[in-house]
Amino acid sequence: MEIAREKLIDMYRVMVRIRAFEKKVSKEFAAGNIPGFLHLYTGEEAVAVGTCANLSPDDYITSTHRGHGHVIAKGGKTDRMMAELYGKVAGYNKGKGGSMHIADMGIGIIGAYGIVGSGIPIAVGAALSAKLRKTDQVAICFLGDGATNTGRFHEGVNLAACLNLPVIFIIENNVYAESTRISDTCKLANLADRACAYGIPGVTVEGNDVLAVYEAVGKAVARARKGQGPALVECKTYRLRGHFEGDMQTYKPPEEREMWQKKDPIPRFRKYLIKKGVLAEKDAERIDQEIDEEIENAVKFAEESPLPAPEEVLTDVSA
Amino acid sequence: MKETTFLQAVNEALFEEMERDPNVILLGEDVRIWGAPRGEFKGLFDKYGPERVIDTPISETAILGGAIGAAATGMRPIANIMYSSFLGVCGDELINHLTQTRYMSGGKIKLPVTIMSYFGAGFSAGAHHSSSLHGLLVSIPALKVVVPSTPYDAKGLLKSAIRDDNPTIFLSHQMLMRRSLKDPIPDEEYTIPLGKADVKREGSDVTVVATVLMVHRALSAAEKLEEKGISIEIIDPRTLVPLDKQAIIDSVKKTGRLVVMTEEPSTGSAASTLSAIIAEEAFDFLDAPIKRINAPDTPVPFSPILEKVWMPDEEDLIAAVTEMI
Repeated sequence: MEIAREKLIDMYRVMVRIRAFEKKVSKEFAAGNIPGFLHLYTGEEAVAVGTCANLSPDDYITSTHRGHGHVIAKGGKTDRMMAELYGKVAGYNKGKGGSMHIADMGIGIIGAYGIVGSGIPIAVGAALSAKLRKTDQVAICFLGDGATNTGRFHEGVNLAACLNLPVIFIIENNVYAESTRISDTCKLANLADRACAYGIPGVTVEGNDVLAVYEAVGKAVARARKGQGPALVECKTYRLRGHFEGDMQTYKPPEEREMWQKKDPIPRFRKYLIKKGVLAEKDAERIDQEIDEEIENAVKFAEESPLPAPEEVLTDVSA
Repeated sequence: MKETTFLQAVNEALFEEMERDPNVILLGEDVRIWGAPRGEFKGLFDKYGPERVIDTPISETAILGGAIGAAATGMRPIANIMYSSFLGVCGDELINHLTQTRYMSGGKIKLPVTIMSYFGAGFSAGAHHSSSLHGLLVSIPALKVVVPSTPYDAKGLLKSAIRDDNPTIFLSHQMLMRRSLKDPIPDEEYTIPLGKADVKREGSDVTVVATVLMVHRALSAAEKLEEKGISIEIIDPRTLVPLDKQAIIDSVKKTGRLVVMTEEPSTGSAASTLSAIIAEEAFDFLDAPIKRINAPDTPVPFSPILEKVWMPDEEDLIAAVTEMI
């Protein structure tokens, strides 16, 4: 598969952006500058980036409680995201959604849902709408391994299959649903096998290999755009942080963490790009540095943005 | 003008709105062959086809969730959730997404979804096909709750609900489907705004706020009370959210007394909320404590004799009004 050099570099840049954003957010959260709950995407960057590299701005995604990576990969601006996390007016949703609920129709982000699996039927509805409007848009539904155990996974995937809709279900199998191993709550070795229950294609890929994700999702997207219906892509990855910031992660065996640390998708991709001559070491360093500056500026933007006025509590309830 | 049943009125509203706006789509179980649940969707599939009239699997979660996703991206869906009890299946979609997405997105996402659903005792259908969830529904911020009592109101209100840019639930009572209940309906198009009450009978001694089937029971009680020389004014709010509280306050100013009669368990009911609003805002005009006539705090019983006891009726209203005077 031939991928343009610029595209490869851009994929690297977006992965680094997600990692840097999460690192900074973790620090500011620990310092008490960000309220609420925080679920970081660290370690899973290849999934969001490999997926969204196949999309146009007007394609749709539904995101999850662990959604910062999806938003950045779909083109979200880190300054407006940061302002949202700070609960500020300049945030994507005026500080009314917060970390778990960043939405922006301008870049096709229908919403991020704090309830596991909720995005599934909603993504199906967006795909229905794309089909009725006779566009070639697709809807991507990001969901975790735990979400495949919910009833709405069954209802949503089945309806998408029956109506032959352009939706792709991306299962981010990061081994754990909160503290519980997926192998304790599902007897399938590969969650992509669930696809056969609905008569749609399902494939399992190495989720820490951004190019493998890009290729598998690319095939599913191409099918969907041609009117060939939904597909399911399971990306096997690992959550390098806790379920939430502050989670002691006592349920993770140390050797498991070590093994996955070695499979970190970012150094892996960086090494690949350097080896292939796409990127020189110093170019990679420059990108890392630029992103760090961007994230510093995002924090500054968030800090300087005004807090919502008290009367804002009553607005945006109804159209 | 033509005499029209409740079902015909709803069917006409659906045809007119699907014709008017190509973005109106319908998702529901058995809507294709049966025009289910009771035939109000008949003919729509033949005219608008499988793209706009979508016969779904038995999947309330996917119906309402799908409607949300379609609405966020430009459609104006009608989600048919056959009976209100089935809203329990898609409680997450109703409580957490349909009605919170706009707010959580800072006003960026508009969800013009209309849920159509049945409720109402009187058929011995048992609790899962009779229950009223009005109290629960009015407590969900951002959900408009439409409760028509007549064919005329049903048509005008459903058209407004579909055109509304907010999530709306349109509740039909099964006992209003009888063929003998007919209204003259104008040949020309009309709509009824959401949030505008209707005085179903003028009176001077007691204000009775009644909804849906209870409007009819109140009207029949009014005849009997008139024989005793007592005049009641019957106000049908027609929508519980938004609530036309001014119409109720204006009536209470005239009568000084208020009875709220709704078919729902009493605790946490829509009637309780309405009573509290009037107690707070019109206390000075009240000459007697507000009375609520509701069902007991139990599921709807099956056996006809028990169901009859469960449902508020004319006798309950006559007793309450007589005691107040």
